[in-house]
Amino acid sequence: MDSNPWIWNTIAAFFTIGTFSFLYKDNPLYKIAESVVVGIAAGYFAVLLFWTSLRPKFWDMIVYEHKYWYVIPGLLGIMMYFRFSRKWGWLSRYPLALYIGIGSGIAIPLMLQTFVLRQLEATMLPIGFASFEGFSNLLVVLMVLAGLIYFFFSMEHKGVVGKTATFGIWVIMIGFGASFGYTVMARVSLLIGRIQFLLGTWLHLVD
Amino acid sequence: MKRRVPMLIVSITGFLLTIQYFSPHPASEMFYNNALDWLVIIGIFAMPLGIYSMVRIQFHKVIRRSTGWGYSVIALISLFTMLGLGYTDKCLENGTFFMKLFEYVYIPIQATMFSLLAFYIASAAYRAFRARNLLATIVLTSAVIVMLGRVPIGWAIHPLIPWLADWIMNNPNMAAQRAITIGLGLGAASTAMKIVLGIERSYMGME
Repeated sequence: MDSNPWIWNTIAAFFTIGTFSFLYKDNPLYKIAESVVVGIAAGYFAVLLFWTSLRPKFWDMIVYEHKYWYVIPGLLGIMMYFRFSRKWGWLSRYPLALYIGIGSGIAIPLMLQTFVLRQLEATMLPIGFASFEGFSNLLVVLMVLAGLIYFFFSMEHKGVVGKTATFGIWVIMIGFGASFGYTVMARVSLLIGRIQFLLGTWLHLVD
Repeated sequence: MKRRVPMLIVSITGFLLTIQYFSPHPASEMFYNNALDWLVIIGIFAMPLGIYSMVRIQFHKVIRRSTGWGYSVIALISLFTMLGLGYTDKCLENGTFFMKLFEYVYIPIQATMFSLLAFYIASAAYRAFRARNLLATIVLTSAVIVMLGRVPIGWAIHPLIPWLADWIMNNPNMAAQRAITIGLGLGAASTAMKIVLGIERSYMGME
């Protein structure tokens, strides 16, 4: 069984058909597939996190690299469980505080760098009317500004600001439509992939 | 002690990690890497809680013979099978029984579940995009052009449709995503700053 691809493909086909059966209605076959995926996902990611993160970053650091200060995050991790005690529940705030402090400290420059500065940098495009590309770039700059003004609520959306914000919401709606269309096509592509698996890889009816 | 010390930990770690971003000194980088490791270790210690919670819920269903308790048995068997097979780090290598369960059970079910959305997303789109006003019409038009531009029939209708779909994706869509991303970055960075400065304290159970 371990090396027979047909058996494994049949197992995959059974669960694929079971999941597709939900299109008819909720039924035991779908529920079996649902329960299996819950159990396997929880087990897989627990094992993955253990072997790829906890073991090398915690156990190996202490036991093999003798970095004994790595005991501290371990103890802090255990302290999170004090949340279940009425008397000692406040101790769970210490690891939470460190977690949030580290997360926030990393997030401030990182968010500004990747989500703001890089995006602004990428918007600094060569603009002009000489070529269609230059004109498109000009439109991109105007549309980004209009989109930002739509999200700027410190000024009342009236007059020029209001008109720009209206243009901004049109741009955002075009973006939503495009993202939706792209997502639909991605899902259809997945659907084609599953049908190709059933008819090709499993049943060999199509190439 | 119960609230002030954790708040101080948040502020100090948040401040230090924000500052270290601007320093290329090896000590600063070591501090950053250690902080990241600690973040991962503390986070992973919450994982057993999730597994315990799942096992407890499913086990109670089985013991009480609640509706669909059989599915809970399947979920528990799947979970413990994966945990059992993951006793060694070799389990993550290609071709192992553990990885085959992931590849031939988890991935097909997951891919099929996502592909099911192709059907539901179409009916949701019909309800959401009926051209009732200008904004809904813009979303609808943009989505239809992008979808048609990704399939051969779009080209068959008019050769300009794929080009227009690409132009929408690369210009208005990109501008809209960029405006949203910049807004998101500013929002996330300011929330993180509020946490580090002690203005935002709801994570401690404080107003």
